[in-house]
Amino acid sequence: MLDINKIREDFPILKRKVNGQPLVYLDNAATSQTPKQVIDVIVDYYENYNANIHRGVHALSQEATDKYEQARIKIQKHFNAAKTHEIIFTSGTTHSINLVANGFSSILEKGDEVLVSAMEHHSNIVPWQMLCKRTGAVLKVIPMNQEGELLMDVYNELLSQKTKLVFCNHISNALGTINPIKEIIKKAHSVGAAVLIDGAQAAPHIVADVQALDVDFYTCSAHKVCGPTGVGMLYGKEEWLKKLPPYQGGGEMIAEVTFEKTTYADLPHKFEAGTPNICGGIAFGAALDYMNSIGFDEIAKYEHELLLYATQELLKIDGLKIYGTAKNKTSVISFNIDGIHPYDIGTILDKLGIAVRTGHHCAQPIMDFYKIPGTVRASFSFYNTKEEIDTLVSGVERARKMLV
Amino acid sequence: MEIKEIQNEIVDEFSMFDDWMQRYEYMIELGKSLPLIDDAYKTDDNIIKGCQSKVWVHAELQDDKLIFTADSDAIITKGIIAILIRAFSNQKPKDIIEADTHFIDEIGLKEHLSPTRANGLVSMIKQLKLYAVAYQTQIN
Repeated sequence: MLDINKIREDFPILKRKVNGQPLVYLDNAATSQTPKQVIDVIVDYYENYNANIHRGVHALSQEATDKYEQARIKIQKHFNAAKTHEIIFTSGTTHSINLVANGFSSILEKGDEVLVSAMEHHSNIVPWQMLCKRTGAVLKVIPMNQEGELLMDVYNELLSQKTKLVFCNHISNALGTINPIKEIIKKAHSVGAAVLIDGAQAAPHIVADVQALDVDFYTCSAHKVCGPTGVGMLYGKEEWLKKLPPYQGGGEMIAEVTFEKTTYADLPHKFEAGTPNICGGIAFGAALDYMNSIGFDEIAKYEHELLLYATQELLKIDGLKIYGTAKNKTSVISFNIDGIHPYDIGTILDKLGIAVRTGHHCAQPIMDFYKIPGTVRASFSFYNTKEEIDTLVSGVERARKMLV
Repeated sequence: MEIKEIQNEIVDEFSMFDDWMQRYEYMIELGKSLPLIDDAYKTDDNIIKGCQSKVWVHAELQDDKLIFTADSDAIITKGIIAILIRAFSNQKPKDIIEADTHFIDEIGLKEHLSPTRANGLVSMIKQLKLYAVAYQTQIN
């Protein structure tokens, strides 16, 4: 069992007050908080071995390079990638998706089809729309039901020899639904389509084994797994990464440059132009170490308990409706109260020191599906407590009384 | 009454409250009394961009004064716009253009003045002033 009080000691920010109230941080799906073990790594980097990597002959550069490459290996092991160079450091999930979308510009042809799920974040919709516009490919949507589960029979019907790519999130940021990605990947492969899974929301809850999943591309951001912002990763199968052209030109990604011709560096550097977020990459590795030291099985078990408790308590509130009631979901609750705008609830909760997200959660198509302007979203992490859920519930009840 | 006098009146009213809760409850009350925009003007053109909730504002000139009506789907936002409209409606465009909005700070809604705040108070003020500029040009 997790010792939550001990874990909370690791997170200095959880001790602060907001609007005179103890902070209750329930916006973990937007970004997770950072434990001191990771903050220490960031400080250590800048205090002791800050240098540019892969270039210098001097000791600091070598040390920074070693640590950065060790982080890549940690990420490789965490996601069980077959090869280290299948892990590309990016600035985050959005960057990773754009990198792949850009690469497919030279592969897709007019009339090809790409499938995207109905519950995607804008960052897993817009790059593909741009790709389709550039190539003349057609974007088709895998619909979902009222519970927020993908209609797999429709997916099967949409798949054809024309399907070249399928994109889907592992877990929906707005609804918490865990999608059946193994099945999605297997079916896509049966028609020869490649699959990109956006793991941004899944990474803090589930360890994805990219080989077992046989996924072509998998992405996540460090800041959702107790790491810093501005860094993330793209896993790609070696054969795909070799096939895709570089995304950005610059230093680091070249083998040889003359004004007539440039030859590109080998993987992974081909996709890592310019000086990367070195400290961020190293801290990303440390963040995965931290989460693994707590244990993902324990985390999942505890967060599920929080989800059940919060669902049960929130539903006691008059007129409260939860969006996203999939059988298989993580600790995210999107809700509204009859006749009250989510923004109003969020504003009152903020005054009570409770941090939640309000709005469309960068997933407008989902809001259109439910015909609502947005929701209030409370998302729980392993460092949250049942007492904090009680505070949330009484805060929502207080807001309701003020606003009806 | 002049804009400055109305603003002082609002500041006086808000100074009676001891805590945020009372201020917000009052704001919600004000929101309920907002002079509502005619449905015909609730168009996409009249939506103020930059708000997480929808805000519609309409302005028309009656004699030499500008009359504002508005609505929002969020009640706190409605309260904020009600406060603004109380200060700015039924005033001459020139006075609206020149009015300062420091009173928002004084009534304890400073946090809403941040340009990144999703309620778009700043966008609302800008929009009211833009209407005033447009009508002032027309008058000239």
